[in-house]
Amino acid sequence: MYSEKVMEHFQNPRNVGEIENASGVGTVGNAKCGDIMRIYLDIDEDGIIQDCKFKTFGCGAAVATSSMATELVKGKSVEEAMKVTNKAVMEALDGLPPVKVHCSLLAEEAIHAALWDYAQKHGIQIEGLEQPKEDIHEGEEDDLDGMDE
Amino acid sequence: MKRHVIYLDNAATTRTAPEAVEAMLPYFSEQYGNPSSIYSVGCAAKEAVIKARETIASTLGAKTNEIYFTGGGSEADNWALVGVAEAYAEKGKHIITSKIEHHAVLHTCQYLEKRGYEVTYLDVDENGIVKPEEVERAIRPDTILISVMFANNEIGTLQPVREIGEIAKRHKTLFHTDAVQAYGHVPIRVDELHIDLLSASGHKFHGPKGIGFLYLRAGVKMRAFLHGGQQERGRRAGTENVPGIVGLGRAAQLAFSRMEENGAREKELRDYLIGRMEKEVPYCRLNGDRERRLSNNVNFSFRFVEGESLLIMLDMKGICASSGSACTSGSLDPSHVLLAIGLPHEIAHGSLRLTVSAENTREEMDETVDAVKEIVAKLRDMSPLYEDFQKGKSAPERI
Repeated sequence: MYSEKVMEHFQNPRNVGEIENASGVGTVGNAKCGDIMRIYLDIDEDGIIQDCKFKTFGCGAAVATSSMATELVKGKSVEEAMKVTNKAVMEALDGLPPVKVHCSLLAEEAIHAALWDYAQKHGIQIEGLEQPKEDIHEGEEDDLDGMDE
Repeated sequence: MKRHVIYLDNAATTRTAPEAVEAMLPYFSEQYGNPSSIYSVGCAAKEAVIKARETIASTLGAKTNEIYFTGGGSEADNWALVGVAEAYAEKGKHIITSKIEHHAVLHTCQYLEKRGYEVTYLDVDENGIVKPEEVERAIRPDTILISVMFANNEIGTLQPVREIGEIAKRHKTLFHTDAVQAYGHVPIRVDELHIDLLSASGHKFHGPKGIGFLYLRAGVKMRAFLHGGQQERGRRAGTENVPGIVGLGRAAQLAFSRMEENGAREKELRDYLIGRMEKEVPYCRLNGDRERRLSNNVNFSFRFVEGESLLIMLDMKGICASSGSACTSGSLDPSHVLLAIGLPHEIAHGSLRLTVSAENTREEMDETVDAVKEIVAKLRDMSPLYEDFQKGKSAPERI
């Protein structure tokens, strides 16, 4: 059901990990629908994304879109990164099954959330960027009940 | 080049037994006659259908005229519910079932609800077992049917069928059990258990796909399911699937003659798999009851990982399994069974079902545990939930 590109990125995801003291971190999605993405950005003084890492809890498409999204924004300016839409991510992956399109939306939102965090920390405004909607930490303790080792 | 496949999805379907295939073959090419015909080629087919019906009836302690061949388990479930609901509508329009039934039952109940019937969906305990006293409490004067599955398809829990059967009998209401996962795997005597209707499916016990049966106790009123010819006592019209029926009969014969031996072997593999998994994979949880459980079923949740990712990575290693994750179902909600036993969404998303057969080996169990260990660790390294957990941001006191 997945394209070769999706499978390739799922098997060998690029840029998995964390960035310490990242310029911006964004987490989107929620555990209820089964996808959570977190993107870390390292942005230099000129506003260029020097490094980008991700962590994702989700299906094969969620992992692949995260991986592709990080590849697409790396080395770009903040303004250019704003143009990395879910469509761009999907096209770069040779498409996604219809039920998985929301994964690419999540990837776009994750980048935006990380950029928002960066803008907040640096007191700047990025054109077209709005405050991210969701916060996964709400009610998270309740969601972690019922598990023993 | 053929890759070695480790097949651990026997609750989804099983390999058709070679003996069943062999028994079926003549009914495609030589004995292809219509059982309703008068000439000898047709008679041979008719004989074969009679023989298969006798076999099935004997495995349940039922009479031959109580066995109706269907196009599988879902059809038998649909027919049992709709057929009884329509036949007994004058007595009442209330049905009792559980929240962990297969969709063949649940969606049929929803269909009936839209047509004026009322359905009570019973909760289950944290192990996934229906409480008989709750069944009894739910009974009303207008209750016409109780439908509770024999064994659950996801977590393998065996339901208290005998107790529910006794309750149904005492209250003079009918009792249907979806035995798709249980028939051919555990002994079932319909009289001892007070079962009035029972659904089963061939391909769940090494028979062919597209064939199953409904046991319907003599004397129970029932609407016809398919209208047409006089096949299946005029209640399920259409020329019989003779090869399928023959294969079903042969598979049933094999399953019942090897039941004890196969069950013991499956149980050994199951318990070995559970034991190693619990010992070696941190933060995992066995779903379902440890004791009251099908001998072939293993169901784990792995915290911080998502089921579909796990399945794809297992598939790359040649291991076939299934998950209660939403992503595998095309909806956003994870398995209704895992939610019914009280699992939070994200843990339900991280579930893995492994269902063994007697054909599996201990080496395959070892390979599977090793693969799961490696994959779960890899996915956790990628998981923001695990990151939060390690940094103490989420519920550390519960571990």
